Amino acid sequence: MFSWIQRMADWLVFDVFHLNPEMHLAKALNFFFYDSVKILLLLFVVVFAMGIVNSYFPIDKVRNYLSRNKLYGLEYLMASLFGVVTPFCSCSSVPLFIGFVKGGIPLGVTFAFLVTSPLVNEVAIGLFLGLFGLKTTLIYVLSGVLLGTISGSILQRLKLERHLTPWVKEVLANAQREQEAFLLEKQPFGKRLPVIWREVLDILKGVTPYVLVGIAIGGLMHGYVPDGFFERYLSKDNPFAVPVATILAVPMYSNAAGILPVVQVLVAKGVPLGTAIAFMMGVVGLSLPEAMLLKKVMTLKLIGIFFGVVTLCIIFSGYLFNFIL
Amino acid sequence: MSRLIKVLGTGCPKCQQLTALVEEVVSENQLDAKIEKVEEIADIMKYNVMTTPALVVDEQVKLKGRIPAKSELLEMLKA
Repeated sequence: MFSWIQRMADWLVFDVFHLNPEMHLAKALNFFFYDSVKILLLLFVVVFAMGIVNSYFPIDKVRNYLSRNKLYGLEYLMASLFGVVTPFCSCSSVPLFIGFVKGGIPLGVTFAFLVTSPLVNEVAIGLFLGLFGLKTTLIYVLSGVLLGTISGSILQRLKLERHLTPWVKEVLANAQREQEAFLLEKQPFGKRLPVIWREVLDILKGVTPYVLVGIAIGGLMHGYVPDGFFERYLSKDNPFAVPVATILAVPMYSNAAGILPVVQVLVAKGVPLGTAIAFMMGVVGLSLPEAMLLKKVMTLKLIGIFFGVVTLCIIFSGYLFNFIL
Repeated sequence: MSRLIKVLGTGCPKCQQLTALVEEVVSENQLDAKIEKVEEIADIMKYNVMTTPALVVDEQVKLKGRIPAKSELLEMLKA
């Protein structure tokens, strides 16, 4: 499917630039061109597809669905699945949180959504497809959904409502399962398309520089780091690799776009995939800026518990992948 | 009659972008409007928005979670 991109990269590097295919520089450049074109293309397709889904499936509908229907335990899975199709920027996490709580949605279900949504988003999926292929992407998406579902259920069992900040408790006390009226945009596809299109361009414009830098760094490592280099430190037999990778990743901020191309090279050079995915999830799913924002609605203790449970789940899934893959 | 335009947002880059765009459109078209920034989360929640930035014109939520095109924004501010 992508061989034409490879031919293009070969032609550019070997014929146009006249570089010797045996040279490190030539290999690195070739890798850079091939990966950039392929990844940006896939990113475009995925972001566009998700944009269409999101246009018909806005967050208000999600909230109303969750607060209206009794789902007998499935609500955690549903919230987590909704998290996949609804992107939100981290600065929306507080309004989202309050909006959900106000609609009478249990705290654990809200958490399920909050965990999965940043973890499995259009940019991460597009990059995963381009870098790791379909199978690994599916594993990543599935594990992101399960992670949200499981952490949400655990957090609900812990009865954390008392650790919310006072004004949120007040909101909670007045919560009601009602259908909030919302801006219904009944528009034909032709009218939605320009809006979706602009969003797609905005997202791509935002992430492209990071992707290119990430691929450039990846390309350099690809050409210069010997195969199996990381295996010495981060092999499957090292029991500390997964927790250390995850804990290092949590304070790092979410640039899935910049970090994924580098992670791919790490995997190619011998880091086990489970360890790499755990690292990825730590970077994308949890971050200090997010914790700062959540301070408005949660006490520090609750943020600590939330991050702790999610971190443990990530570590567990890292081990699991190393074991089954 | 002067309009009251409110930009709801907790101060993220996108919210600042929307504020700047609103200011631009208002001054370019010499609209009679007062622009207000609402940054306090409790106040934002009164408008039932879950994604920021949001645009409120005369207490009516016109837009949430995204930045509109200039022409679209002008329509909203004029109508």
